[in-house]
Amino acid sequence: MSTVTISSPVTNSLTAGKLPKNAPLMVLAASWLVVGAFFTVIFLSGASESFNWAGTLFFGTVLYCIALYLFSYFVEGIRRAKDRLVTALVAIAFVVAMIPLISLVGTTIVNGLPAFLTPTFFTESQRNVVGAGGGALHAIIGTLFVTGLATLISVPIGLLTAIYLTEYGRGRLARGITFFVDVMTGIPSIVAGLFAYALFSLLFNDPGIRFGFGGSVALSVLMIPVVVRSSEEMLKLVPNELREAAYALGVPKWLTIVKVVLPTSLAGIVTGVMISISRVIGETAPLLIVAGFTSSMNYDLFSERMMTLPVFVYNQYASQGADSQAYIDRAWAGALTLIVIVMLLNLVARLVARTFSPKLGR
Amino acid sequence: MTTAVDRIAIKAKERPGDRIFSTATVVAGSLILAVLAAVALFLFVQSIPAFVAPADAFKGDFSNFWSYVAPLAFGTAWSAFLALLMAVPIAIAVALFISHYAPRKLAQGLGYLVDLLAAVPSVVFGLWGIGVLAPMVQPFYASLVEWFGWFPLFAGPVSGTGRTILTVAIVLAVMVLPIITAICREIFLQTPVLYEEASLALGATRWEMITMAVLPFGRAGIISASMLGLGRALGETMAVAMVLSPNPEVIFQLLTSQNSNTIAANIALNFPEAHGVGVNILLATGLVLFVITLIVNMIARVIINRRKAFSGAN
Repeated sequence: MSTVTISSPVTNSLTAGKLPKNAPLMVLAASWLVVGAFFTVIFLSGASESFNWAGTLFFGTVLYCIALYLFSYFVEGIRRAKDRLVTALVAIAFVVAMIPLISLVGTTIVNGLPAFLTPTFFTESQRNVVGAGGGALHAIIGTLFVTGLATLISVPIGLLTAIYLTEYGRGRLARGITFFVDVMTGIPSIVAGLFAYALFSLLFNDPGIRFGFGGSVALSVLMIPVVVRSSEEMLKLVPNELREAAYALGVPKWLTIVKVVLPTSLAGIVTGVMISISRVIGETAPLLIVAGFTSSMNYDLFSERMMTLPVFVYNQYASQGADSQAYIDRAWAGALTLIVIVMLLNLVARLVARTFSPKLGR
Repeated sequence: MTTAVDRIAIKAKERPGDRIFSTATVVAGSLILAVLAAVALFLFVQSIPAFVAPADAFKGDFSNFWSYVAPLAFGTAWSAFLALLMAVPIAIAVALFISHYAPRKLAQGLGYLVDLLAAVPSVVFGLWGIGVLAPMVQPFYASLVEWFGWFPLFAGPVSGTGRTILTVAIVLAVMVLPIITAICREIFLQTPVLYEEASLALGATRWEMITMAVLPFGRAGIISASMLGLGRALGETMAVAMVLSPNPEVIFQLLTSQNSNTIAANIALNFPEAHGVGVNILLATGLVLFVITLIVNMIARVIINRRKAFSGAN
């Protein structure tokens, strides 16, 4: 059958004047090869010390865009050529956006592993440590305490507000809250820290106040709007029929919410809370301001300075001692710990969402 | 949602549980408004001493608070502007890639990858910026100054460390990219499928379809997404504090070792050692930053909400 179509000249306007399907891939490979050959010649002639990989990829990709545009222009016309050019540019933009992520995760793992793998990193604090050794236990404990308390404050307030907005709220108050919750998501983290500092230094009349609870309050200011937004989205997804069925059985409204609406959307709410935790657990600036830094353990949120992981990273980097490499290593190890925590939170959140979400469409 | 029930106007019995529960939700909601008001109020109360502070209270030679905060405000706006200049085109392209170009099965996973970028803590970005990015771009800066030094923005002498405002802008661009991408993606996906199919059916190529249907539909969304990204870039602290080598002046040059600092980074660098009225001065700069970001965010939200009301997309 196919022999017939091939042997006769192309008459179908839909297949006429079209580049083959894998043309972009072939052009890409060809342009990388051409530019690679060019740089190889330069390398072999001794003009540069090493083969220029970055140059090959960059100029090869530029050549690809130009070549593909020209090929397409002469075979398919200007409209398709433009389309192909934009497709290439859009795909390149995505790759460019991924480069920092890969580079960042890669360097953090490579630079962080040496100190991360020392046995004392998770069992000791920095108390009386000069140079290498010691660990980040005080910072990890501090982060868990401060973030944990921030979660305890934010989740009830955020969840109740979300319930108000979906179940009760009408009129001006509800619209005002929705608007300002959105606006609050954009508050710079450092302003939240300054707020907590201004509040507690006035309350306790102590201009040098630093304590963990202040950090929790600052983080709550950043966390509440995120919890409200995500919980509200989830509560809106609960089908109205479920509520109406409960009302029809004579269940009071508040019990309907507690026993029907919340359990249905629980998985989504848990996911939202975990993602909001992962957002604030890496916040540095507010904790630097109101929780301060220390090199000792502190289990008391309500007195004395409290170290947290992000501040630990910053502090190790910013005030390096004589053996600066040890401090930089610890900073990277702290960064690696943070990234691992954040990625785990994100991953578990997605798993929770996928596993426990109600199967609505059957 | 329950209007159908309300309209029949059978008054349900008010149980104490109902009363307590609904009151609790109202209190929680109002608490959020109260917190926002408290942020403004406490910052304002604590910054009053800074507005009337004498000239010798400021580090460096400044006559009053406003001359102190002006270069910082300039640095904040300048770095955020440069960051947006880089981030917005790439973010729109990435959002288009995920919403209209990538294979359907891959699209969600790719979106998740971009979201991961948003989850990386800012202090790690700072560490990366100074440890990886700055040394990497420095030779590039050197040749840029060598060849294009006649252009005022690229005037030398080049920074030997790469810790310039352009590096900061690149880091900021990477940090705001996921925010802008996420919102643009949502908006692009909301384009009525009928419009897209109609233009494809008329023989438009994919790019023509996007310029005729998707982009006009998403214009307001792109603007407000950029403004939300702007708000984030204005308030970003640690990455700037770690990467930039600051100088308390208004400086436009991108590649020298003298750069205007940003408000947020200035607070983070000086707060641990500040005392007396110095603390109030830093709090007052924080208030300025708060007001700026609040205005930017409110404008962005108003644009988004207005679009929601008229587009008929929901």
